[in-house]
Amino acid sequence: MTIATTLDRTLIAVPTELARGRGGGGPAPKRIVVAFGFWIFILSDMIMFSALFAAYAVMSGNTAGGPSGAELFNLRSVFVETMCLLLSSYTCGIGVLSAERRQPTLFLIFAAFTFVLGAAFLFIEVAEFAGMVAKGAGPWRSGFLSAFFTLVGTHGVHVASGLIALVYLVAQMIAKGLRAAVLRRLLCWSLFWHALDIVWVGVFTLVYLMGVYQ
Amino acid sequence: MTDIHEHVFEDRTPGVEEHEPTATYLSYTVGLALAILATIVSWIVSQTDLLWPPGIPAGLIVLALAQIGVHLVFFLHLGTGSDSTNNILALAFGVLIVFLIIAGSIWIIANLNGNMMSMPLS
Amino acid sequence: MLGRLSWAAIPFNEPLPMISMAVVLIVILAVLGLITAKGWWPYLWDEWLTSVDHKRIGVMYVVLGLVMLLRGYSDAIMMRTQQAIAVGDAQGYLPPDHYDQIFSAHGTIMIFFVAMPLVIGLMNFVVPLQLGVRDVAFPVLNSVSFWLTATGALLINLSLVIGNFARTGWMNYPPLSELDFSPDVGVDYYLWSLQISGIGTLLTGINFVTTILKLRAPGMTYFRMTVFCWTALASSLLIVAAFPVLTATFMMLLLDRYVGMHFFTNDAGGNQMMYVNLFWAWGHPEVYILILPAFGIFSEVVANFSGKGLFSYRSMVWATLAICILSFMVWLHHFFTMGAGANVNAFFGIMSSVIAVPTGVKVFNWLFTMFRGRIVFRTPMLFAIGFIVTFVIGGLTGVLLAVPPVDFVLHNSAFLVAHFHNVIIGGVLFGMLAGINYWFPKAFGFTLDERLGKASFWCWLIGFYLAFTPLYALGLVGMTRRLEHIPDPSWRPLLLVAEAGAIVIFCGILCQVAQLYVSIRAREHCRDLTGDPWTGRTLEWSTCSPPPAYNFAVLPKVEAIDAFWQMKRTARAPMQPAYQAIELPRNSPAGFVTAFFATVMGFSLIWHIWWLAILGFLAAVIVVLMAGWSIDREEEISAAEVAQTERVR
Repeated sequence: MTIATTLDRTLIAVPTELARGRGGGGPAPKRIVVAFGFWIFILSDMIMFSALFAAYAVMSGNTAGGPSGAELFNLRSVFVETMCLLLSSYTCGIGVLSAERRQPTLFLIFAAFTFVLGAAFLFIEVAEFAGMVAKGAGPWRSGFLSAFFTLVGTHGVHVASGLIALVYLVAQMIAKGLRAAVLRRLLCWSLFWHALDIVWVGVFTLVYLMGVYQ
Repeated sequence: MTDIHEHVFEDRTPGVEEHEPTATYLSYTVGLALAILATIVSWIVSQTDLLWPPGIPAGLIVLALAQIGVHLVFFLHLGTGSDSTNNILALAFGVLIVFLIIAGSIWIIANLNGNMMSMPLS
Repeated sequence: MLGRLSWAAIPFNEPLPMISMAVVLIVILAVLGLITAKGWWPYLWDEWLTSVDHKRIGVMYVVLGLVMLLRGYSDAIMMRTQQAIAVGDAQGYLPPDHYDQIFSAHGTIMIFFVAMPLVIGLMNFVVPLQLGVRDVAFPVLNSVSFWLTATGALLINLSLVIGNFARTGWMNYPPLSELDFSPDVGVDYYLWSLQISGIGTLLTGINFVTTILKLRAPGMTYFRMTVFCWTALASSLLIVAAFPVLTATFMMLLLDRYVGMHFFTNDAGGNQMMYVNLFWAWGHPEVYILILPAFGIFSEVVANFSGKGLFSYRSMVWATLAICILSFMVWLHHFFTMGAGANVNAFFGIMSSVIAVPTGVKVFNWLFTMFRGRIVFRTPMLFAIGFIVTFVIGGLTGVLLAVPPVDFVLHNSAFLVAHFHNVIIGGVLFGMLAGINYWFPKAFGFTLDERLGKASFWCWLIGFYLAFTPLYALGLVGMTRRLEHIPDPSWRPLLLVAEAGAIVIFCGILCQVAQLYVSIRAREHCRDLTGDPWTGRTLEWSTCSPPPAYNFAVLPKVEAIDAFWQMKRTARAPMQPAYQAIELPRNSPAGFVTAFFATVMGFSLIWHIWWLAILGFLAAVIVVLMAGWSIDREEEISAAEVAQTERVR
């Protein structure tokens, strides 16, 4: 989507001392521009999550006579979820390495693993939510539960969107091959996926482990 | 004619593998191992008395930050090269804002809640 | 089938909205009719609606902002008139229900659909030109951003005639904004309109941070960028940092209203103070998002019209970055009276005073720039001088309010209203008007009429002081904001002065409309043939007016601050460079179509037409995926064509 400036760059030789480290090297190549832009988007998403974390932190005691985290959270299934997501982050990274090294079949295999592990995470999470709702501990029960469902649910929606995007990108890769543009998008996707795992570290620590402890 | 890939300096960005020294199968595996270790230790810390109980929240936060660091270095290849500066600065800015929002909200709301004349819930 | 939408939603029995709707519909139909009659649709579609060119998108943003200024002003004059009339026994002509919607709409529109579009529009037009590059980092995303903002504006205007708007004030505090107390569509209009346009704004922030940090002409190191680009960077960083907080906050309130959650309700563990806290954690950075680019514009204008380089460029940059960081540490001053303890209030009070220091550095830099310069009193410079005086006064009242005990008396009084209008009109609006007058020749190829420009300035300046100085006095004697009826008759004379001020401002607006009309009519006389009507110092003046689609045939090589000035001084003979083919992104309907479906989705969600909302959302997603499928989205301008265009310059 960006302007190709490489053609111009070959025309203008910038002396090294003008440019090095002080940002005077001219427009960056598209790959860098796209990845940096996506990095900024990821940071903005982290900030949105931080607002949800803040709301959770403030409301974690507002159980309004209803059930608390200690009564509801099943740490065993949370551990399994965590491992699923962490392993999917790993397979995602290996998949990207394969794509960079132009090995489409290996990439597809690891993409499939990533998808399955991510889907397993979602399945466990949806089952947990359904169980809580069945017990009368749905998001409309109390401020604490509203904050919990929103924070963890928003993360889950991000995971689901990531899985849909993965299918889309795999389709694009099959249709168009591992071209530069497709590779750029895969890189962005992997950035997104790793970021979601980072958010999950925050979630399982602050919500589940501390919630049960309290 | 300079080759397109020969930049005057190499600009690095999280996720871009090409010039990353940490982008190898080994580094991902090491990162995974460290992350699994941190996760298991978190579970142990929170579920047992291994750590002095009043220190458990602090311990959990330290472990979480460590694991986030592992993710940033081993999975996102956030390095210390002079050309990662933009990315590190952006991350630092993000971390500052996240801290201000979470810590600020907790401090403010705790203060406000303390001054509320709430009736205890029956 | 149609949710809660029915014919009863249209207020047939209320003359004011009906008349306004009739007028607006007539104007819209006339414009559409004119376009159809003249066969301009293909041109509009190809060159503007699907354009991904930052210059075109910038112009569209500014047009949106100026049109919405008319709507925001109409709300203002209605309120002023009501307050001038409804004193003592008189009840005025606006019932409270309407008055509440009007002040809510006025604030929302002015902040989100006047100030933000004007700021973003000018940033869009100018930043790539000043950086010496061809476009922003993500041109298609830029188009999406604009059209999503337009969607938000459309939804708010629909609330005038289909349903009603929120009655909660532009900040929309719970519990008033919860279902219990605002069960109708008003708050939903507010929330969805801002949520959708907020996505557009966030994408703009990401776009500009990337552009400024990663796409600059060769040799343009950070400390050779213009100050306007620095302030654009700071503002974009603030957008990226603050708007996600607003998105999360509105999401929580929407979940309360739509799903029955308890974030901010009175019962079941809700905490309304958290809304206020999070809203202002966004809200304070927001005002800096608005003012920083205005500061940048003034830096450009003051330097140019004083015939000197800006005084102390480096301290300007550091002051900008300091304001950027500090703006995230002061937000509690918007709710000193909510009951935090002395230590919390003191911390934020002190930080709010501290943030005045870098602003003071900037003011002194502008003054020192003017000192011993050869000042040319054109319209942009008049706005700059008016700004310096007016903004300093407004800033000082802000420092007054930053002292918690003072704020306990003046919170939500007319004093506060006067303060923020002082800084927003004196700062943001004057900045935007200066910028529009300054860069208009670059955008359209002819200058604006100078006499009418000066007239509009004097009307705005005098009108502002007449309209808002009385409010300072009234606030000090106890008048609160948002009064539909004035209880104390002794306030009346000052309110009449304020009304007079509003009318003088209207004359200013009329002058601006006249200025546009006269300038367009006389455009052949005022052609800007050199591309440099103001003897500029920065790179945008090195292009022709208007610049070609690719901005620069060859990216300039930058060796100093005020790059163009340096080129002039070293008087380099224009070389005939070997032109190369230039790749430009193709136009794309993605922005327009996505926004269309976003409008459908937003409207359906507001009216609880669930099936249509789902369809709209899916359609928008599919459009995005389809737009993302194509990889070859660029077209080439051959070297010969470039050479031809450059020869014609």
